[in-house]
Amino acid sequence: MSGRSSMRTPLERVRGLGSAHTGTSDFWRQRLTAVAMTLLIVPVIVVVIMLIGRNHAGAAQMLGSIPIAIILLLFIVASTWHMKIGMQVVFEDYIHNEKLKIACVMANNFFCVAVALASIYAILKLSSGV
Amino acid sequence: MVEFALPKNSKISGGKTWPKPTGATETREFRVYRWNPDDGKNPSVDTYYVDTHDCGPMVLDGLIWIKNHIDPTLTFRRSCREGVCGSCAMNIDGQNTLACTKSMHDVGAGGAVKVNPLPHQPVVKDLVPDLTNFYAQYASIEPWLKTTTPTPQKEWRQSHEDREKLDGLYECILCACCSTSCPSYWWNSERFLGPAALLQATRWVTDSRDEATGERLDNLEDPFRLYRCHTIMNCAKACPKGLNPSEAIAELKFKMVERQI
Repeated sequence: MSGRSSMRTPLERVRGLGSAHTGTSDFWRQRLTAVAMTLLIVPVIVVVIMLIGRNHAGAAQMLGSIPIAIILLLFIVASTWHMKIGMQVVFEDYIHNEKLKIACVMANNFFCVAVALASIYAILKLSSGV
Repeated sequence: MVEFALPKNSKISGGKTWPKPTGATETREFRVYRWNPDDGKNPSVDTYYVDTHDCGPMVLDGLIWIKNHIDPTLTFRRSCREGVCGSCAMNIDGQNTLACTKSMHDVGAGGAVKVNPLPHQPVVKDLVPDLTNFYAQYASIEPWLKTTTPTPQKEWRQSHEDREKLDGLYECILCACCSTSCPSYWWNSERFLGPAALLQATRWVTDSRDEATGERLDNLEDPFRLYRCHTIMNCAKACPKGLNPSEAIAELKFKMVERQI
């Protein structure tokens, strides 16, 4: 502890920069996406099993079905969102260097958005028969 | 990054084994964490033998016996010796609890009674942790009745049902067993308020007479102050009063969602 910070009162240190007045939306979305994934996981597994052994044309034919494409799209959105929030929590828990933490949270956002968009693009491409 | 290993000056090395008491027919081995801020040495674990026929049944009785009969320099906090004051909270056989209510017969299956200070807090000396931050966090939740309505001439009234809602919350003795058992508190004790302070926050948020509920929730709504709790539930396991801080924190989170949806 540096001399300067040790002269702050304990209460001042606890209050710090004050409350961020956020966190509830992430908490809620984490639960929402968890419930969504619980509901979606069985249909998604069924779809994946049905896709085993099919070639590109066969897969495109299956994903041409609107309900199947929607189920997969919903699962991608729920899971990447869940992944983004969960990973951010891990970074916030364990990385105490503020600059490194911001860089990690930023990279996490980029990664999750990239995974989500790539997956959505692939599903849409296949389901439109291209 | 979080420090997973002990800093160099906190690594435990060696320790003295004190001779067994002469004339004792039955003894119990105590391994006690020792650290003296004045000698510049690393902490050590000393071994003592307590004459169980000359000593009460609790771990605190054993420590007091050691202090009186073997080593007067052994330092620990104690006061009420009946689980009311919370002074003698320490880590006994790997579990945070009160030394005064923990029987030495229930510890270590007859082997050594291992006694350490509460984890992950700065040590003042031996078994005495520095709880300054913990108390400041309690102060930060403003644990008193806040009202705008002029104080009634007689008293603030509360129905029996509303009073019952405080059961399981008001009994906390602030011993710090829960907060210092929580990994989230270990990693982020500067920003996460910890189970004890949050349990008390719930106590005041729940109190039907308090008129600052929204303001209290505003103050807690923070990714670190409240949402570092990941429902690990070490707090509920450690609490020597049988309270469930984890459930109280879940109640706070529920109220946060409730006022938004």
